[in-house]
Amino acid sequence: MPDITERVVELIKSASTDLSPDIEQALMAAKAAEAPGTAAEGALQTILENVRMSRTTGRPICQDTGTPLFYVWNPEGVSQRELLKQIRAAVRIATERAYLRPNAVAALSGKNSGDNTGIDFPTVHFEEWGHDYIQVGLLLKGGGSENCGAQYSIPSAEFEASRDLKGVRKAVLDAAHKAQGFGCSPGILGVGVGGDRVTSMLKAKEQLFRPLADTNASSELDALEKQLQREINELGIGPMGFGGKTTVLGVKIGELHRVPASFFVSIAYMCWADRRKVMTIKEGNVALLAAR
Amino acid sequence: MSTRLTIPISEKDIRALHIGDQVLLSGTIFTGRDAAHKYMVETFIKNKCPSGERALYDVLKTGLKGGVIYHCGPVVRKREDGEYQFVAAGPTTSIREEPYQAAVIEHFGLRGVIGKGGMSEKTLAACQKHGAVYLHAIGGAATLIAGSVKQVVAVHKLDFGVPEAFWQIRVEDFPCVVTMDAHGQSLHEKVAADSKRKLAALLGK
Ligand code: SF4
Repeated sequence: MPDITERVVELIKSASTDLSPDIEQALMAAKAAEAPGTAAEGALQTILENVRMSRTTGRPICQDTGTPLFYVWNPEGVSQRELLKQIRAAVRIATERAYLRPNAVAALSGKNSGDNTGIDFPTVHFEEWGHDYIQVGLLLKGGGSENCGAQYSIPSAEFEASRDLKGVRKAVLDAAHKAQGFGCSPGILGVGVGGDRVTSMLKAKEQLFRPLADTNASSELDALEKQLQREINELGIGPMGFGGKTTVLGVKIGELHRVPASFFVSIAYMCWADRRKVMTIKEGNVALLAAR
Repeated sequence: MSTRLTIPISEKDIRALHIGDQVLLSGTIFTGRDAAHKYMVETFIKNKCPSGERALYDVLKTGLKGGVIYHCGPVVRKREDGEYQFVAAGPTTSIREEPYQAAVIEHFGLRGVIGKGGMSEKTLAACQKHGAVYLHAIGGAATLIAGSVKQVVAVHKLDFGVPEAFWQIRVEDFPCVVTMDAHGQSLHEKVAADSKRKLAALLGK
């Protein structure tokens, strides 16, 4: 049984302090697109400077280091119970080293556990796969960005929406509009279509692991992703809601089968501090990736 | 591109600002969030200041005249030499102080409030009447903002807890954007109205 504790600490440090290059490049492009001297350009400038400072000082990009969401893919024969113990230990160490702020509070009493562990905290999803190595994906999802996620059961009482691509489009546009002033924009939207209330949101969050520049395997979803990105940006909400050209850096959609009676569209909002990293571990060989 | 402001700020300098303007703020400011605002209103504004609270009242009266309150719950480290240092100092959501802010602006002669997400009509009206602005800090830029905090001058009411205490700090070139000005304009209202119209057009398609 491998011990990946220290590796996971590295993964957490990297996610928390070193923004992935595709996100940083998208923020740079967004800055270049804004008119010089505008508040939108200034906000992106400040964000980019903050990203660089965090990288050089090894300090968290945002003080809300959020909920650590782990997705683990393991080969046959590796104990998921052992991996869970190691991941929880890694989270404690990362908190001690201040890569994470202590964020886990008891649901009702509000008491902080002090080390980022608690009941189902951090969140860890496991899946066995056919490869001979372990892959661990990590998202650090801040409270402000998680709070403006949304789930629609279509048809919706709020607006006319049909159970098809058009309905998905309307739901995502509505959610993006409602997120203004909450999650720090420009953000990224992960969307899950179908499933039940849980699996639909899970799918939405999984989308956040995709590189910004990828193509959806489904050509109709790919077209919708690009259309939505363009249309949300037309809303003009802009960086930090100051007004401007870029409100989202990307929209990523995944689908699942559903029962005939339900049609869920779930939207996971990720703020500009999109702290995602992926690590593959094969014996002594460790690779850090920006996405999967 | 940015306007430099130094505390104490004059009414004239505040009235020269408009929504969308970028500001680099320098001088000594105070952090304050829920507990601090409730305390100021209940102890000093609604009631006569009790003698035990006089010292702090004088500090605030002097420091906030032409000064700025920052809605922030910082992460603070005590260095080996006993001095405090701000490790992270991003803005927190301002709307929670809406019930108190207008009274605090008026009573203390504040020229600015820094926070995140904007505030509502009462604060906007107070800004117009008394010559103050709402300054939006960049959410999430905790490391950069902590870097602009050059010195922790003092801490008051530490018994409220580290995030809720009044931290009196000296900042240099703290970056923010005017999103509510002293002319009754709110960038938040403007962007919300514009985007709502565009959303309706897109949904109608
Ligand atoms: S929304 Fe994101 S960037 Fe903004 S405060 Fe929360 S975690 Fe930080």
